[in-house]
Amino acid sequence: MGDAHYFGDGLTYLNPSDLKGKLIAIEGTDGVGRSTHIELLQEWLEVQGYGVITTGWTRSNLMSKTIEMAKEGNILDRWSFSLLYATDFADRLEHQIIPALRSGFVVLADRYIYTAFARDFVRSGDRKWIRDVFGFALVPDLVCYLRIDVETLVLRVIETKAMNFWESGMDLRLGGDLYDSFKKYQSLLIEEFDKMTDEFKFEVIDARKSLEEIQDELRSKIQGLLTTEELPKIPIQVASETT
Amino acid sequence: MSEPAPHSTAPHPYPGKLIIVEGIDGSGKSTQLLLLHKWLESRGHKVFFTEWNSSELVKDTTKRGKKNKSLTPTTFSLLHATDFASRLYHEITPPLKAGMLVLADRYMYTAFARDVVRGVSPEWVRKLYSFAIKPDMAFYFRVPIEVAISRLLGGTRGQFKYYEAGMDMNLNQDVTESFRIFQSRILSQYDKIVDEYQLITMDATKDIAQQQDAMRRLVDEALKDYKPRRGTHGRRSLFWRRFDLPKSE
Repeated sequence: MGDAHYFGDGLTYLNPSDLKGKLIAIEGTDGVGRSTHIELLQEWLEVQGYGVITTGWTRSNLMSKTIEMAKEGNILDRWSFSLLYATDFADRLEHQIIPALRSGFVVLADRYIYTAFARDFVRSGDRKWIRDVFGFALVPDLVCYLRIDVETLVLRVIETKAMNFWESGMDLRLGGDLYDSFKKYQSLLIEEFDKMTDEFKFEVIDARKSLEEIQDELRSKIQGLLTTEELPKIPIQVASETT
Repeated sequence: MSEPAPHSTAPHPYPGKLIIVEGIDGSGKSTQLLLLHKWLESRGHKVFFTEWNSSELVKDTTKRGKKNKSLTPTTFSLLHATDFASRLYHEITPPLKAGMLVLADRYMYTAFARDVVRGVSPEWVRKLYSFAIKPDMAFYFRVPIEVAISRLLGGTRGQFKYYEAGMDMNLNQDVTESFRIFQSRILSQYDKIVDEYQLITMDATKDIAQQQDAMRRLVDEALKDYKPRRGTHGRRSLFWRRFDLPKSE
């Protein structure tokens, strides 16, 4: 990462200057296709010999169960809601992301702090506190924002999976039913993502395009990042498996 | 120091009163709060008690993280903040709104002292808790480290716990020695916090009854303008009596 630095008040006990890898965040709202693209990117990078790890929102060892439990209860206040995600993120940052970057890996993050920023803002109308909370986060080398409009998103989500309580922001009672609430909530999230584009220098990718076109765009943006500095490559040992 | 956050420095608007105690392990703060609790109830007050790191939401997670020793200074701090947020929402604010007295064993100052000693940024942890309600009274039970150690070793606990002794910080192989170093650092953080947030310092080396007397006098004085809420039951019967009508429902 060369010039790795923290977003705000960082981890005083961890100097980020020796982090050699690259941190790439894929952002975008629910159902926009982030995970599919991350899977494809991982394969593409591994074939080129890069060491790659992926890390996903709420998937920390410490917190994933707790967050599931909390969501079942449906009784979260704004602060607990955001702090649970911040704890999950911190656990992954210190146990997965930083060790991987230190060894020169490419880290693909499925969602990053901007998801928390958008969700907290939609619930509170306040941008400051949540940015303070995530001060310990590393600023990624690249943030690709998969942008979609809510009309397209609605059709895609109904086609591929059902709308769920939390993706519809039902805790906010924004609409009379799941469909209305989903549309309202997701429009607010998308609006906030759009507003963050300049502030955090997102690379915007039109997520309404075909899967191949999106993947090509993502690859060309990542390729640009990887050619500027040499990352250690891992010799491919999987030839027998791929036959 | 960072600029003070608006929420935690302004007085809260609720009719209830929030009284909190702080101090290191072995300072006797919980004993004092328990005695105060009983005294307030005996005087007819409605009292709600809440304790650090006790919310259903994160208690098990903290326990699990402590058990497999995977907590870092930051996740440790964030988990306690989550616990606090959850209790503030579910336990502290509702009774304050209802006009009750709320007693809290440890408050955000514990995080400001302990988490900073563990290594998080003092500015960061203060911003983290900027949503907290400012207590009406905050007592700090000040005790020299040796007194705390002899109380804890002499008491029912017998042995220091791993995190309580700061064993995660690799200060010393010996648990008692580690406790001494870790809690001494916490004491010096508390000294700064007392000035920063004007906590009421209590001499926790005095005997239990003396401390309790001092505490009651201060609480009594602070509650002078406090109007305890009467139960609705009494009020309703008074209302009906005025019209001289039978209570039919």
